[in-house]
Amino acid sequence: MDHFTNPRNVGEISNPDGVGEEGNPVCGDMMTFYIKVKDNRLEDVKFKTFGCGAAIAVSSMVSEMAKGKTIDEARKITPELVAKELEGLPKNKFHCSNLGAQALNKAIDDYMAKHFKSV
Amino acid sequence: MRRVYLDNTASTPVLPEVLEAMLPYLNEVYGNPQSIHDWGDPAREALDDARSKVADLIGGKSEEIVFTSSGTESNNMAIKGLAQAQQSKGKHIVISSIEHFSVMHSARTLERQGFEVTMVPVDKHALVDPSEVARALRKDTILVSIMHANAEVGTIQPIAEIAKVVKEAGAVFHTDAVATAGTVPVDVKALGVDALSLAANEFYGPKGAGALWVKRGVRILPLLDGGVQENGRRPGTENVPAYVGMGMAAHIAESELAPRMKGLITLRDRLTNGLLSKIDHVTLSGHPTRRLPGAASFLVEFIEGESMLMLMNQKGIAASSGSACTSRALKASHVLTAMGIPPEQAHGSLLFSFGIQNNEEDVDHVVESLPPIVETLRKMSPLYDKFMKGQKRGGNEHADLQREGDGSLHESPECRGDLES
Repeated sequence: MDHFTNPRNVGEISNPDGVGEEGNPVCGDMMTFYIKVKDNRLEDVKFKTFGCGAAIAVSSMVSEMAKGKTIDEARKITPELVAKELEGLPKNKFHCSNLGAQALNKAIDDYMAKHFKSV
Repeated sequence: MRRVYLDNTASTPVLPEVLEAMLPYLNEVYGNPQSIHDWGDPAREALDDARSKVADLIGGKSEEIVFTSSGTESNNMAIKGLAQAQQSKGKHIVISSIEHFSVMHSARTLERQGFEVTMVPVDKHALVDPSEVARALRKDTILVSIMHANAEVGTIQPIAEIAKVVKEAGAVFHTDAVATAGTVPVDVKALGVDALSLAANEFYGPKGAGALWVKRGVRILPLLDGGVQENGRRPGTENVPAYVGMGMAAHIAESELAPRMKGLITLRDRLTNGLLSKIDHVTLSGHPTRRLPGAASFLVEFIEGESMLMLMNQKGIAASSGSACTSRALKASHVLTAMGIPPEQAHGSLLFSFGIQNNEEDVDHVVESLPPIVETLRKMSPLYDKFMKGQKRGGNEHADLQREGDGSLHESPECRGDLES
């Protein structure tokens, strides 16, 4: 509930190293994650979310969990872990936690693609 | 903190006079109305009195009222009971695309039993065109059911005009008047219907009390088998306290209808004007003039209904939404999609429904509280972001969000509800 009322890391990063978008407004939720990577670590994570209370709380939690982690560690953030950290999500809202982890992963994919292209 | 209940469509508070009328029948008058002794007599008299009060509210006769447990039961009985009683004449049923689930799902059940159902579309204001009903009618049409008003967007249907069309075709005509009976004038003769559903908790009566009015001479089969209660049409020991409460609520509604409506319209329009002038990209949904006196419904763009409801609840405000997230099915409201509203906009729907307990300070509290909530959520919304960037570039990304939709998109397989898990 606190992550819904006072979501952390709302916003976007100018010149992000990676951007990931997941979901579809037609379905009622969409998330965009922005990441800044330094020395293989997620130095900063920000998000924007259109969606229900659970989607907002999930985005906030994912951003908190990912911040400061290495790329490999951040890849291991699963929907189950997010739901657990939020102390449970209603069954019919579980897909929201899938979206959060997926959007973060897409942002990392985006970073990897750009990074390895430039190397 | 100020607490403002604007979800009177979901249920209204029980009036003190109604509660007082009910109490003896939960206590000292415990006899069964069917019993022939001094314990049964007062229960039966109270039931008869309640029946005539409910009949008076809608201009019907006492013996035409069947008490039920709810609007849902009344609608189930009307659709299934009327169709089954007329099936020797045909097996075709016509309903609108914005009916309550109790009508829609009853029709679907009949479909599985070999009946055919045609759904009449609505326009962007949720209005049913009588000529569309005429077009749907066939020689074997036995039953038509069109709701009197849709509570979600407030639109009131031209029932009397539709009744003329249905009568010409010789079909039975039912209307779900749960949103209107006890709230606006409802007269079964003026409407020209054969059956009409109503529910007490919509007009300051108790939950668990509904009624189906069936015109004398119209055949209907019961949902339940049992004894002689309600003339055999709805067997089971009568819920006397609930029906007494419904009778009292109907009696008070009948005498106070006009001033109540006037008050509700004032509050509704104050809220509508307040919100439309204070928040950009908000539109009134439903019909601009043919609306329920207490229903103010909106589409708030770029954000989602449930998160608005949760933040409003923290400000002490109760409202509702047709957003997917507020429904267990995780689908945008079928009413909004039937109106051609694209699903992404339907997710941002809000409904404020006023009751006689509300006042202008309630409205002002909402007009003050909602704009910052919308602002917070829009700051967080990637859709708003895209729209604003599109605006700056002079582009038309907004057009993507506004694209014409027939509502079928919300069935997109990409939308996962995980309901099966």
